[in-house]
Amino acid sequence: MLHIINKSPFETNTLDTCLRMAQPGHALLLIEDGVYAATKGSAAEERVREACTTLKVYALQPDMDARGVTGKVIDGVTLVDYGGFVDLAEQHDTSHSWL
Amino acid sequence: MSEQQPSPAGGPKVKKFMIVNRKAPYGTIYALESLEVVLIAATFDQDVSLVFIDDGVYELVKGQQTKGIGVKNFSPSYRALEDYDVEKLYVDRASMDQRGLTESDLLVPVAVLDAQQMGQLMAQQDVILSF
Amino acid sequence: MKFGLLVSEGPYTHQASDSAYQFVVAALAKGHEIQRVFFYHDGVNNATRLTEPPQDDRHVVNRWSALAAANKVDLVVCVAAALRRGIKEEVLAPGFRISGLGQLIDSAIKADRVVVFGD
Repeated sequence: MLHIINKSPFETNTLDTCLRMAQPGHALLLIEDGVYAATKGSAAEERVREACTTLKVYALQPDMDARGVTGKVIDGVTLVDYGGFVDLAEQHDTSHSWL
Repeated sequence: MSEQQPSPAGGPKVKKFMIVNRKAPYGTIYALESLEVVLIAATFDQDVSLVFIDDGVYELVKGQQTKGIGVKNFSPSYRALEDYDVEKLYVDRASMDQRGLTESDLLVPVAVLDAQQMGQLMAQQDVILSF
Repeated sequence: MKFGLLVSEGPYTHQASDSAYQFVVAALAKGHEIQRVFFYHDGVNNATRLTEPPQDDRHVVNRWSALAAANKVDLVVCVAAALRRGIKEEVLAPGFRISGLGQLIDSAIKADRVVVFGD
């Protein structure tokens, strides 16, 4: 399953709730303001590093570029473009956009 | 990996739909408009589960009286769901606990799931719509 | 693969409509089919022809209309959500049509994948 989060981890508790419920082997894609969770040096970094041990974590590069944070991406988070986003949606039977 | 149910004798596909509610009622319209989707999905004879997580659990709280805010009280619609054969209502235990809610605070019967159970239920779905 | 999309927020205020548009463009470029893009909640505001955004930024509504025209993408606006927000036939941008919520469920049944863009 593909989990999609579009909110900053400091704006809502969406990341925490998703990480409570995501099952091992699932994928997590961070888009829009959600990409801030994929940046080093923030209070969310540890949670995301830990998530990378059970989930495949991705961040949408165009959204990271837009926000000037691509250089800070956490190791273990894979950057994808919109084509990669489409591929992820294709590869996983179901997606859940956590709104 | 979800398995689609076989079509009833050559009829249209039946998919497992999960409608996810994470927002409180009245402060925004999402709770109300989400319910409208649930009712339509039910008329299409789909296998609908309704889950309430985080502030979504507040949607089910008894005793909503909206006269003072001049907004229609749509909470009776949750009780009407069973008339549409929508009976799979689930709430997240941690969300309830965090908000000091118990099943007796809610206006409809629900199944209370822990995070692992909720995650597994999500993983079984064909379509997940979040509002 | 057939993709069905749900767009739940209006233009500019949220990035949802932009993200959905970019997803559709990428999916079409890969040879996928877009079964339908369904607009709900404030997403119906993507369908009004009355927007006049500044010229130096993207025109969200026109971009959807152009996409529909070039690729025959079905853009459907929920009638109930539209009426609530004053989106009616007389203000509809080209390429959009107003229909019932059933079109969302129909799309989810027919599509191989459903992706939701919202807040």
